[in-house]
Amino acid sequence: MGWLRKHAAYPLLTPGMAWLLIFFFVPMGFMFVKSLQTVTVDETFHQHYTLTWEWSNYTEAIRTYHSQFVRSFLYAGIATVAAFLIAYPLAYVIAFRAGRWKNLLLLLVIAPFFTNYLIRTLAWGTLLADDSIVTRALDAIGFLTVTDALGWTSEHRLLATPFAVVAAITYNYLAFMILPLYVSLEKIDKRLLEASLDLYANRVRAFLRVTLPLSLPGVFAGTLLTFIPATGDYVNAELLGSPQTKMIGNIVQSKFLVINDYPTASALSFTLMAIMLVLISIYARILGTEEVTTT
Amino acid sequence: MAYAEATRTEAADRAAPAKPPSQFWRKVRYQLLNVFAGLVLLYLFVPISVIILFSFNDPAGKFNLTWNKFSTDAWAHPFGVPSLQDAVVLSLKIAFLSTIVATLLGTLVALALARYSFRGRGATNFAIFTPMATPEIVMGSSLLTLFIATSGWPIGVDLGFWTILIAHIMFNISYVVVTVKARVYGFDRRLEEAAMDLYANSFTTFRRITLPLIMPGIGAAAALAFALSIDDFIVTQFNRGAEVTFPLFIYGAARNGVPVQVNVIGSIIFLVAVGGMLLNLMIQNSRAKRDARASAGAVRRAQASEAAA
Repeated sequence: MGWLRKHAAYPLLTPGMAWLLIFFFVPMGFMFVKSLQTVTVDETFHQHYTLTWEWSNYTEAIRTYHSQFVRSFLYAGIATVAAFLIAYPLAYVIAFRAGRWKNLLLLLVIAPFFTNYLIRTLAWGTLLADDSIVTRALDAIGFLTVTDALGWTSEHRLLATPFAVVAAITYNYLAFMILPLYVSLEKIDKRLLEASLDLYANRVRAFLRVTLPLSLPGVFAGTLLTFIPATGDYVNAELLGSPQTKMIGNIVQSKFLVINDYPTASALSFTLMAIMLVLISIYARILGTEEVTTT
Repeated sequence: MAYAEATRTEAADRAAPAKPPSQFWRKVRYQLLNVFAGLVLLYLFVPISVIILFSFNDPAGKFNLTWNKFSTDAWAHPFGVPSLQDAVVLSLKIAFLSTIVATLLGTLVALALARYSFRGRGATNFAIFTPMATPEIVMGSSLLTLFIATSGWPIGVDLGFWTILIAHIMFNISYVVVTVKARVYGFDRRLEEAAMDLYANSFTTFRRITLPLIMPGIGAAAALAFALSIDDFIVTQFNRGAEVTFPLFIYGAARNGVPVQVNVIGSIIFLVAVGGMLLNLMIQNSRAKRDARASAGAVRRAQASEAAA
């Protein structure tokens, strides 16, 4: 019995972890090997791969597509910051002021994300189309003149511009920002705020010194859950963008599924993963919430 | 000195009528945040209203992008496009099966992590976290690499239904583990100890105490897994072979005009999900009220009997 209790964890763990090992970690190894292969085409147009430790696949891929890499991280970064600014006040109001309407409001927040991701993106296409009310209204108040000057839009159009892609990414991943923020704000002991106000902190100071630091785990989780999928996204750039807004996901997707250039595609995909891991670990160091990754 | 003190209070008194405006501005500032939150809530629903509105459109051409004429045709025949029906059925199948398998596997892992200390715990936590920190495109493309590389092998699987299912189970496991684990950590271990003290064996304790207590967590995990599966596009696109799920149907149709029925089915999924969540919320509320009434009644009875004694 003692032995059984001591080792009972392993039978529980095995099926799930084996699945992840075989279908997540092993494929990473396969992709790494693929990224170092060279492809030769024989006279019958069959492709043959040989492992030649072709590190130049990486340097070549990065040299050719560095602007798409930069663009992906830039778009994802802007979308994450925008999502944070939109989500934090809403999460704050639901956590601190909603009272008995809390659950209903949360439901309303999640509800839009139950419609399919692609339909939502296409709906933004309708909203941002050239003759739509949104576009005409934004043009009328001079907004598009400003964004045109900034290079976010062009020719007084919204569709097929960086603005449209970033706006849709921001919207599409908003739930991943709101929910973690709400959870961490919800957990804060309201008496701590009262205490800080009793000690003559004004509301702004109380927020900056008490509420915001205590909600950092939510900020960490929310920004990562938004930034990670946003960086790898290619659907928004594909449906709402132009050739000038292509992100690294668009390149990887077409190399894998259209052109079938597996070594280059694998090298790109692996590079994306590596940059992501480095960024996440730096970010975790800065925010000092490493327990998020381990608990 | 005293004079200075006095004039200062006098000045303060004279300034007193200015106080209501500052109170007023504080209120405005307080309300400003609420108004902003309300606007965000509205913003969340803007595309949803477009989707529902355009499900009643009768588009002039192939593209359902500009409003033409009110029509309920698409609602009358939601499956008027046969390939769309096949895609929805396939998506539902994959979602059901991947939810069942991932919920089972993930719950077992969560129980092990929350209940036992074992060698390799840190590695297990890392292995659970990594898929959630990986962009879908990396997950999808590496899995495709595996399936292509092993396609000639005896254990190789051809791209299609099974590879989509395998992929969906894979990305769902981590989310299930995290959701269920939170619930297992959240409940009082003493309840289980009490059951054991009352001579329940560990299986009975698990079935009668542990399982009912973590059931809401398992339910939430299953709902999340189902939602993630039915909505998934990127991983599916890499591993589908020639199969077409609902999101892939939309993607394929986007170039030549999405049929109005897609909006109808999107609206139906939205309404079913919201209806289900509302129902769940109402049941929880009425249960909470009933419990509150019951405990209030018990307190009253206890007080009454005390008074009688």
